[in-house]
Amino acid sequence: MTERKTITLNMGPHHPATHGVLRVILELDGETIVNATPHIGYLHRGIEKICENRNYQQIIPLTDRLDYAAASANNIGYCLTVEKLMGIEAPKRAQYLRVIMAELARIMGHHLWLGTHALDIGAMTVIFYAFRDREMIMDINEEISGYRLTPSFIRIGGVAQDATDEFIKKVRDFVKWFPKALEGYHTLLTKNKIWTTRTMNIGVISAEEALNYGLTGPSLRGSGVAYDVRKAFPYSSYNDFDFKIPIGENGDIYDRYLVRMEEFKQSIDIIGQAIENLPAGPVHTDNPWVANPTLPEVQNDISALIRRFMIHAKGTPVPKGELYSAVEGAKGELGFYLVGNGNEHPYRLKIRSSCFYLASALPRLLVGHMVADAVAIIGSIDVVLGEIDR
Amino acid sequence: MEFSPIVDAICEICPGSVLKQTDHHGTHEITVAAESFYEVMETLHGDEKCAFDMLTDIVGIDRLPRTPRFDLLYILLSSRDFTRLIVRLETDEGQDVPSVSSIWHSANWGEREVFDLLGIKFSNHPDLRRILTWENFEGHPLRKDFPLLGKDYDKPFDPTTIEDYC
Repeated sequence: MTERKTITLNMGPHHPATHGVLRVILELDGETIVNATPHIGYLHRGIEKICENRNYQQIIPLTDRLDYAAASANNIGYCLTVEKLMGIEAPKRAQYLRVIMAELARIMGHHLWLGTHALDIGAMTVIFYAFRDREMIMDINEEISGYRLTPSFIRIGGVAQDATDEFIKKVRDFVKWFPKALEGYHTLLTKNKIWTTRTMNIGVISAEEALNYGLTGPSLRGSGVAYDVRKAFPYSSYNDFDFKIPIGENGDIYDRYLVRMEEFKQSIDIIGQAIENLPAGPVHTDNPWVANPTLPEVQNDISALIRRFMIHAKGTPVPKGELYSAVEGAKGELGFYLVGNGNEHPYRLKIRSSCFYLASALPRLLVGHMVADAVAIIGSIDVVLGEIDR
Repeated sequence: MEFSPIVDAICEICPGSVLKQTDHHGTHEITVAAESFYEVMETLHGDEKCAFDMLTDIVGIDRLPRTPRFDLLYILLSSRDFTRLIVRLETDEGQDVPSVSSIWHSANWGEREVFDLLGIKFSNHPDLRRILTWENFEGHPLRKDFPLLGKDYDKPFDPTTIEDYC
């Protein structure tokens, strides 16, 4: 009898199916994976270190670059953390606008997941439809903030500017259009025989194990745990809206797929409710430590001019204290642990990345499956390397 | 979830281990003694009254002039009623912290990250390697005495010096 030998296959970091620069070293017995070692860090930019040397406003665009597929949700997580430590709250209208931006970002992130995940498994068509609709959200982002992918629209204490009529019209149009598009995605995949064969009973993880591995977001809900930060620890007026948390049963790729498809629907429902009930009022708190003086104020009042200059050049001091606060990003719980020491820049800002822990579960998910399933499993947990490496 | 039963359950098994209880903006926090740290974590995971089945994150903070130098924070979550608890452990340079990766798998990468960026060593960790920086990297970037630009930022990166880079 000959000795059985395993071979090592290096997947990534420049493999299109790893969704960025994730590198997984697979040890194969024939075509079965017997061991998998993920290597991360190729996109490490040291954001946490940079944050310690920037003032609080300058960090907002950095958070965009965490999960760049759903950037607005990261802004909200960061700004809420700082606001809680400062003891200020954004006005109701700003909170509703934040919810709209966060849910649009979630839909955008799920579009990217849907298109690339289906493309990895071999369904070419889906990405064209997904990116067609993603383009509409990009137009909405551009309308309100000027940027398409990384809006940086949220500010400490509110949002950058009020919604324009064009923005409201575009969001309404999108809310009306999207359920029809979603039906289209379902007809392409949900009952497709090839899709179900490739996804059912692959990459199964039980609820208990998923919790133990620190999975959050749709990947945890696919295993049947109804943990959603929006419901468990409501923030930014999420308890005003009526929405459900979809959960799966088996914890396989197909269930994670169904959970995300249902989240599309719930998100568009939330956006519909928010845009129709958008309260009147200011979009930024009037707390002088963070509120930007308006142009007429700056032109006519020297103290307003100085204040504007101080906010932008020196930054806003944040009181001493420590705080953990989390939001539900597109991929899961995105947390910020902030240590303030009374200065204009944080003493320490730890970013709890959901994708980091999703990637750490990869060896558990991959072992025992075929190489072709590795691509499907990596797609199904939906990791974004910008958030893993920070 | 009520907070006091959790502390009672811990005190029952390891008396005197809870040094301090605080409330941080609605999140409970306990500071535990280093000697009984592992038993406390085991209790928090396994005990009926606690049942913290998810380790959300591990945060390391460098408080340079202070001794002990580092703060380690373990953010726990219970899936039963979604309560958070923060466990704080103070540790110094050269002191090994018992790894909790045998209790929660998520601690495996969480501890690797703390080791990589702050240089805190964990005993009984199955695979304590650098995770975000490369293997031959010198220093620990999130320490307060590490310069922002890095130590050899102006020297060219020479990949031949990396040994065993598979």
